[in-house]
Amino acid sequence: MNALNQSGSKPEMGPSGDAKPATFTGNRALMLEEALIFEIGTTDTTGVDLPEVGRVASRLGGLERNRTIGLPGLSEPETVRHYTRLSRQNYAIDLGFFPLGSCTMKHNPRLNEKVARMAGFADVHPLQPVETVQGALAVINELAVWLIELTGMHGVAMTPKAGAHGELCGILAIKAALEARGDPRSVILVPESAHGTNPASAAFAGFSVENIPATSEGRVDLDALKARLGPDVAGVMITNPNTCGLFERDMKAISDAVHAAGGYVYCDGANFNAIVGRVRPGDLGIDAMHINLHKTFSTPHGGGGPGSGPVVLSKALSPFGPLPFTERHADGRYSLVEEETVGERHPRSFGRMTAFHGQMGMFTRALSYILSHGADGLRQVAEDAVLNANYILHGLKDTLDAPFAHSGPCMHEALFSDDGLADGFTTLDIAKGLIDEGYHPMTVYFPLVVHGAMLIEPTETESKATLDQFIGAMRSVVQRAKAGDPSLKSAPHYAPRRRLDETQAARKPVLVWQEPDVAVAAE
Amino acid sequence: MRYLPLTNTDRQAMLAEIGVKSVDDLFIDVPVEARLGGPISSLPNHASEMAVERHFFDLARKNMAASHHPFFLGCGAYKHHVPASVDHIIQRGEFLTAYTPYQPEIAQGTLQMLFEFQTQVARLFGCDVANASMYDGSTACWEAIGMARRITKRHKAILSSGLHPHYVSVARTMAKYTGDNLDTALPTLSSTTDSARLLDAIDGETSCVVVQYPDILGRMEDLSAIAAKAHEHGALLIAVVTEPVALGAIKAPGEMGADIVVGEGQSLGVGLQFGGPYVGLFACKEKFVRQMPGRLCGETVDAEGKRGFVLTLSTREQHIRREKATSNICTNSGLCALAFSIHMTLLGEKGLRGLAQVNHALAVQAADRLAQIPGVELVNDSFFNEFTLRLPKEARPVVRALADKQVLGGVSLGRLYPNAPELENGLVVAVTETASAEDIETFATALQEILS
Repeated sequence: MNALNQSGSKPEMGPSGDAKPATFTGNRALMLEEALIFEIGTTDTTGVDLPEVGRVASRLGGLERNRTIGLPGLSEPETVRHYTRLSRQNYAIDLGFFPLGSCTMKHNPRLNEKVARMAGFADVHPLQPVETVQGALAVINELAVWLIELTGMHGVAMTPKAGAHGELCGILAIKAALEARGDPRSVILVPESAHGTNPASAAFAGFSVENIPATSEGRVDLDALKARLGPDVAGVMITNPNTCGLFERDMKAISDAVHAAGGYVYCDGANFNAIVGRVRPGDLGIDAMHINLHKTFSTPHGGGGPGSGPVVLSKALSPFGPLPFTERHADGRYSLVEEETVGERHPRSFGRMTAFHGQMGMFTRALSYILSHGADGLRQVAEDAVLNANYILHGLKDTLDAPFAHSGPCMHEALFSDDGLADGFTTLDIAKGLIDEGYHPMTVYFPLVVHGAMLIEPTETESKATLDQFIGAMRSVVQRAKAGDPSLKSAPHYAPRRRLDETQAARKPVLVWQEPDVAVAAE
Repeated sequence: MRYLPLTNTDRQAMLAEIGVKSVDDLFIDVPVEARLGGPISSLPNHASEMAVERHFFDLARKNMAASHHPFFLGCGAYKHHVPASVDHIIQRGEFLTAYTPYQPEIAQGTLQMLFEFQTQVARLFGCDVANASMYDGSTACWEAIGMARRITKRHKAILSSGLHPHYVSVARTMAKYTGDNLDTALPTLSSTTDSARLLDAIDGETSCVVVQYPDILGRMEDLSAIAAKAHEHGALLIAVVTEPVALGAIKAPGEMGADIVVGEGQSLGVGLQFGGPYVGLFACKEKFVRQMPGRLCGETVDAEGKRGFVLTLSTREQHIRREKATSNICTNSGLCALAFSIHMTLLGEKGLRGLAQVNHALAVQAADRLAQIPGVELVNDSFFNEFTLRLPKEARPVVRALADKQVLGGVSLGRLYPNAPELENGLVVAVTETASAEDIETFATALQEILS
C-alpha cells in the first residue's frame, strides 16, 4: 500500500506502462545531461562583480593581450547548476561503498573540512614572517610528531605532495646517502606486485630497476632477493602490507639482508592503514616510508587529488631529507629550516622538492582525523579495516578464486582472480555489473601478479550491513559471469554512460574543446 | 568512536563467521616481536569533535590571516577573492569524495570538468593542449625541463635569473640525479632582465630555455626573440606563469612561441593555504603531447554513441609503463583543478580581463605611492600586479617591523636569496583586487615610519 497516496486515486499506467519513451531533452528525470561550458557560456558573460578602480596609464610594457582568449563565462546561478549537474554524474564515497583496493576510500569526516578552512590556516601565505605563522608551524610539527611515533622512525619529511612524490623523496634520500659515502650503487629492486609509481620513481631519480620474484604465497621471495643483493644494489622498494593484501612476514629478514649488503629499505606505505597502531615500520628495519595522508588519514581524494605524502626516515637517512622543515625550540616557538639556515643545521639535505611547505591543507585534515581517533582509535581503525577485509574474503572465496587465501588471513584488502568465469567473460564485466548494482567497482587488473585481478578494500568505515549486501551483490554478478549472461557483457545499463570507447579516445585524441566548425575543418 | 560503524556485537559475529577467535588471529603474519601490545602510550587517546575543533581554533589564532590585515605578499602565491560558490561546489561529496576517474561511466562529472579545465588552461596559455594538473607550479616546471630533455635528447637547460628561486631549487635537486646541466644566475635589482644572457647561452646543446613571465621581481618582456633563437638551435622555450591572472592583461606565452607553458594555478579558486595544496598547470604544443607527464582527459563516445570523456593516452603513465613512464606522478591536484575551473567559469573572459585590469590599476597606484617614500625606489619599468622596491636598507627586518604594525607588507628578497647581499634591500610587493585604497595608504604610512 502506498501510504503517501492519500487521495484514493489509483495511479494510471496505461497499456504501455513499461515502455520508456524518448524525451525531448535527452534527460531522464533526475538524470540530467549537461553541455560543456564552451557550449553554454559566452565570453561576455561573467558571474563576478569587481571593485571600481580609477583608470591608470598601463605599465604592461607593450604586452597587452589583444586577441580573444576564448574563455566562456556563466552567471553565478548557471555556474552552480552546471557543476551541480556534473557532480551528479560521479560516484563517491559519500554515496556508497567504494572498495577500490589499495586506494583506501574511507569516509572523509567533515570536521576535517571545517578546521582546514579556519582563516588562520586557509588564509596564510607561505612566505609570511615565521613570527606570524606560529600556529601553522605548530600543526606541521604536531602532525610530524604523530607520524614519527606511529611509525617508530627517526624523522619525517613533510613536504612531498603525494605518495609518488614521497617515493621520490625517499629514493633521493637513499641516493644522497650513497653519494655521501662515495658509493655508486645504481640498482633498485622492486617486486612485480608493486605500484607502478615505485619503478617510475626509482627511474626518475636515475636508478635502474630490476624485478624481485614473488613466492606462490604472494610474498617477496627472500632467497631470490638475497641472491640478487650485491655491491650494485642501492636498495629495495617493498610495499607492506603488499598489494596482494598480505603482510610481508619476512620484512625484518629482508631489511637485515639488505642492510648487511650495504643497501637501504624503502617501504611503500600506501597500505599503512592496515597496521597503524598495531605495527611500527621502524621496528622492521625500514629506512624510508611514505604515508598517503589521503589514504590512511582520511583526507579526501577529490577526484584525483590533492594527496599528501610525508616520508618517515630512519636515523641513517634523516640527515639527507628535504628542505624546508620546522623546528620546535625549548621556549615553544617554531622556526623554519630553509636555504638560509640549512648550512649550519642540515648541511647534507638533498634540497627542495617543492616550492613551499607541503600540503598544509591536508596536514590540518589529517591531524584532525588523528586527534579524533587518538592512539586507541587508530589501533581500532587497523583492526576494523582488517576484519572487514577478511569478512569479504570469507564471504566470496567459495564463489571467486582467491589465489592467496591458503596462505592465511588477508590484511586490509582481499584479492581474487578471474579464474572460473565463462568463456569470454572478464573481470571488466564484473566491474561494470557492480556499477549497475550501485557500487563503485574494486581495483581491477592490479596487481599484475594475478590474472584478471580484483582487489577489494572495504576500509574500517563500512558497516556489517553494507558488507553483507555487497557480498550478496558480488555473488550475484559473479554467477551471471559464470553462467555467461549476455546482459552482463553490455553493462552498465543504468549509469550516466554505457561503456566508453577508450580505443577511439587514444587513437584520435581530442583533449580540448574546439568550436564545431573548427573541429570539422581539422578533419 | 564516531567514524567506526562496527559494534562489538558485529565484530564478534564477523569473527565467528570467519572462524577465528579474536582479531589478533588476523594479524598472525606479523612477527611476534613487531606486534604492539596496546595503544602507543606516548600518544593521547581519542578526542571529541568539540575538543579537536577547539584545539585547532587555538592554533589558528596564532597566525596572522591575510584577510585580517593589509596584505601585499606574492612571489608565487597570490591572495585573490574566491567567490563563495567555488568553495560550496568543491565541498559537494560527489566531487570531494570521488577517486581518480578510473571507471568513466560513473565519473563523467570529474571527467567533463577536467576536459573543460584542460581547454581553459590551454586557451589561457595560448597552447594547443593541457593536462589534468600537476602538484604545483614548481614541480610542473621541473617536469617541463625533463620533458624537454626527452624531446631534444639534450641535457643543457638555461634558466632565467627571473625564475622563482624555489623553482630553481626544485630543478637543482632533480638535476643532480638526472644528468641535466642547469645554467642559472642570480637576478639583479634592475629593470632589465637577463634575456641577453639567455640569448647568448643558447646553442646546439641546449634542451630548453626557462623563463618566468612575469618574473620573480614582477618584470616582463616579449618572449618572441628567445623563442626564435631557441627554435633556431632546436631547443624549446618553456614559459613559467606563477600569476595566471596576469594573462587576462598580457599576451599568452604560447602566442610568443613558447613550446611548453607551465604555471601555478593557485590564484584562481584555491586560496593561500600556507603553500599547499596548489595546482600545477601544464600545457604544450600538440606535437609534444605523447611526451607530456600526468593525466589527460579526452573526448570519446559510449556504446550508444553519446559523447563522454575518459582518461586517455595512459601508455605514457606509470601504471602502464612503470620505469619507462614520462613521470612518476599518479595523484595530482584534481579538486584544486576543479576550484580553478569553477572560478575561471565564473569570471569568463570578460571577468578575467576586468580582474586583471583592477589588479594592474591598484598595483600602479601602490607602486607610485610607495615610490614617493624618501629612499624608496621602484625597480620595475613594467609590471602587472607585482613589483620590486629597492629600500634604503635591508628589507627582511623591515618586513618583520611591518608585521609588528599589523601590515603584511611583501616578501623580502633576503628571504628568497639568503646568500646574495646585493639583493637584500629588495622588497617584492604584490597588489591584487583585495587591497583597498586604505590598505595601500596604511602600508605606505607604516613603511615610511619604519624607514625614517
